[in-house]
Amino acid sequence: MNELMSTYWPMAPEMVLVVGAMVLLMLGVFRPETDREAEAIGWLGIIVLGLAAWLVIQQPGGTQELFDGGFLVDGFARFMKVLTLIASAASLLLSFDHMREAKALKFEYAVLVLLATAGMMMMISANDLVALYLGLELQSLALYVVAAIRRDDLRSSEAGLKYFVLGALSSGMLLYGASLIYGFTGSTSFASIAAATKAAGAGQNIGLIIGLVFLIVGLAFKVSAVPFHMWTPDVYEGAPTPVTTFFAAAPKVAAMALLVRVVIAGFAGIKPQWQQVVTALSIASMGLGAFAAIGQTNIKRLLAYSAIGNIGYAMIGLAAASPEGIRGVIIYLVIYVAMTLGAFACVLSMRRAQGPVEGIDELAGLAQSNLAMATILGLLMFSLAGIPPLAGFFAKFYVFVAAVKEGMWPLAVIGVLASVIGAYYYVRIVKIMFFDEPRERFLGVQAKAALVMGLAALFVLLYVVWPAPLVEAADAAAKSLF
Amino acid sequence: MNTGFGILSLVTFFPLLGALAIAAQNREAKGNARWIALYTTLFTFGASLYIWVHFEPGNAGFQFVEEMDWLGGSIRYKMGVDGISMLFVILTTFLMPLCILASWQAIEERVKEYMIAFLVLETLMIGVFCALDLVLFYLFFEGGLIPMFLIIGVWGGKRRVYASFKFFLYTLLGSVLMLLAMMAMYWHAGTTDIPTLLTHKFPADMQWWLWLAFFASFAVKMPMWPVHTWLPDAHVEAPTAGSVILAAILLKMGGYGFLRFSLPMFPLASQEFAPFVFTLSVVAIIYTSLVALAQEDVKKLIAYSSVAHMGFVTMGIFTFTVQGVDGAIFQMLSHGIVSAALFLCVGVVYDRMHTREIAAYEGLVNRMPVYAVCFMVFTLANVGLPGTSGFIGEFLTLLGAFRVNTWVAFLATFGVILSAAYALWLYRRMMYGTLEKPSLKSITDLGYREVLVLAPLVLLTIFFGFYPAPLLDVTAVSVKKLVSNYEAALKAASVLNVR
Repeated sequence: MNELMSTYWPMAPEMVLVVGAMVLLMLGVFRPETDREAEAIGWLGIIVLGLAAWLVIQQPGGTQELFDGGFLVDGFARFMKVLTLIASAASLLLSFDHMREAKALKFEYAVLVLLATAGMMMMISANDLVALYLGLELQSLALYVVAAIRRDDLRSSEAGLKYFVLGALSSGMLLYGASLIYGFTGSTSFASIAAATKAAGAGQNIGLIIGLVFLIVGLAFKVSAVPFHMWTPDVYEGAPTPVTTFFAAAPKVAAMALLVRVVIAGFAGIKPQWQQVVTALSIASMGLGAFAAIGQTNIKRLLAYSAIGNIGYAMIGLAAASPEGIRGVIIYLVIYVAMTLGAFACVLSMRRAQGPVEGIDELAGLAQSNLAMATILGLLMFSLAGIPPLAGFFAKFYVFVAAVKEGMWPLAVIGVLASVIGAYYYVRIVKIMFFDEPRERFLGVQAKAALVMGLAALFVLLYVVWPAPLVEAADAAAKSLF
Repeated sequence: MNTGFGILSLVTFFPLLGALAIAAQNREAKGNARWIALYTTLFTFGASLYIWVHFEPGNAGFQFVEEMDWLGGSIRYKMGVDGISMLFVILTTFLMPLCILASWQAIEERVKEYMIAFLVLETLMIGVFCALDLVLFYLFFEGGLIPMFLIIGVWGGKRRVYASFKFFLYTLLGSVLMLLAMMAMYWHAGTTDIPTLLTHKFPADMQWWLWLAFFASFAVKMPMWPVHTWLPDAHVEAPTAGSVILAAILLKMGGYGFLRFSLPMFPLASQEFAPFVFTLSVVAIIYTSLVALAQEDVKKLIAYSSVAHMGFVTMGIFTFTVQGVDGAIFQMLSHGIVSAALFLCVGVVYDRMHTREIAAYEGLVNRMPVYAVCFMVFTLANVGLPGTSGFIGEFLTLLGAFRVNTWVAFLATFGVILSAAYALWLYRRMMYGTLEKPSLKSITDLGYREVLVLAPLVLLTIFFGFYPAPLLDVTAVSVKKLVSNYEAALKAASVLNVR
């Protein structure tokens, strides 16, 4: 028994999540179907997520492997897992009030979030193409259902279906790529693939490269990089706002972590080949994220394009393919998660007596009716625009520093120019809140949303004072990959 | 060397404390916000005077240096002042209380937010002049966009939204390329420490690109022709105190940037680009002076005259002579006082009449004699009349330019004549003539608060016109070192080329 425990100890957080999900499912089925019970199960879900995070932090340093190297826990995985768990827990916390008001509070939501998070943890630790696919599908299937959680709502069902069809397509491409890679390298393990790509002539191996491209395309769907982003604005807009919050934070972290590990650990030998692909994805995402968001009138759609642009910036660090670059990606994701959760907490607080509103114009004059919320959302918008001294500036700073070090000038120049164009629509929201004439007041901000947006604003504002701990932790996590 | 926090950090961050105190006040307590802002800025001014008193003018290096770990690696929190930056800090802290006073009655709405924005802006502006680390400098330099954007956009005039966006995006676009250049410098030199970078020798072709990237930022900030178009809009729409800060301090960041970065760090590129800068400067001096002649709006006229005066500054800096650089710094300080004063003067009549159209005023001297005298002093200083501070700066820059390139000096002199034309014509149209418009009949002369604001500016304008030594003494040693280092760098490069 003891031996079993110590062997499977690296998987303890994932097991806690899966077992927790089952227990909550049982509880939900056998307890009465009331809002109070559903919220209690939601709180239990947060506790399970917290427990898993605690277990991740308790794990010893260094690298542990399980299942013949298919499952791997290193500094990078631990860092990203904690970030994912925090993002999941925060978005679960934000869901209660909104779902209750929409009469859609269901205990299944917490269960599905736990299952999706377990899938994300698998993705982050995946060190083998099969493990990668298992984690990805566990996550995706839970997400498809979550997108359609309000099954009597047309838009929510549409979002779920759209997400499912396009997600299935991307999974198919990913599988096709994985099969090609297996065919041309003779293994599904990242370590063996890496060895095969380091052999002479691997860069000319067309089959391997096509397989790699398909694999990256499949993952680009999940992180919603251009040109595989089409589902993002529709799903963001259609899904209930708490679900969108969840989509915007945790799955992005997991998918990005997976992409980083696949190309860095699996395809180190043919770096120039995948660098080209990542650079192209990065430029396209930044460009589209900057231009397409300008004309949006729905704040959730705007944040969808903002997420697309942000993934483009994070990919600059990946394109640099150096420890500095990966450090940049990690810091970017941390700051991105904080800003996204804060921004969505504000979107969730856009409620009037007749229900929630999503139009950007509804924010008009918020500075005069609710200065605190306007200030917080304004800070988050300036931060997303990358204006110093807010945290969003440092997120961009680290990825650009890495790109400049590698001499990737076109990428860096296009990136900063896109950030100026992007600044326009972020700042436009500030303009609407501060310069325009006030509209009807929103209802008061609920405590949970206030907590999340307050923490996000403090993080964004005070990051500049004490940045060293995050930078050092990200540095250590990035080095564990190389 | 001092490690940890010191007097410079206190001066820089004290306004932030004031902003926090105001944030804690009740929204209705407008008086509280005003008084806290005034006391905070006065204290900051006092503390900065303490720095000036203890500043050693004979020391060309950085003084009051503070250093701390910050971003990790070699990017550290480092502050310090030398002869070039010292006086800009004083200028900033000196003008802030005046701005608060000038907004005392002009701003009635959202007073609390207004005062917070100004105090945050003060911290960021002082930080720009004290930062001794590239990243820290950039942080302060760009961070200023946020409060200024809000000041123009919330408390501005009719076209405030257009003006604030133009200001924000123009300046941001200029600066992001500088950020990339800073990163390139970081990887090449292995540090972002400014004193170290001042002695670092970048390869000539790299200097060329770095110079252009920094130029993009500073030329927009300065602003130089043809990227000056954001300035008239921003000036016109901003509230009076916002225009004052824009003209007096934000514009100086461009000139300061040339002196701190472009000249000493990229001497070869500076030499190569000097004719280019001269051309732009001369065009700015003549063209914008002509444009100023055609303006119907008082603020716009002063804004264009600012662009022309900044042309003298860039011309002086790129002569690479002690006179030229000294003159440029003096011109920036003098313009900081004079343009601030002119905008305050416009604010005085704007508060009474709520129009900035020149044609709406006439014969003000009949009703407002004290005001007319103040306006006269500043108009003459703007023209560059001997005996006012405006003369010293223009004269020294022209002297420097004459040594280097006679034609540039010759053409720039026309700017002096043109400035006399538009400034005196403005004065005649607004002040002289008989007062017949019924709307002006009941206009009142300066109140005691307005006298309090304008009197120190009048005194300083005349004092520094006759006795510029206190300012020139502070800058002298640092400027000499700057110019001699520059010449040494050129000589070293030419020796290499001959071999």
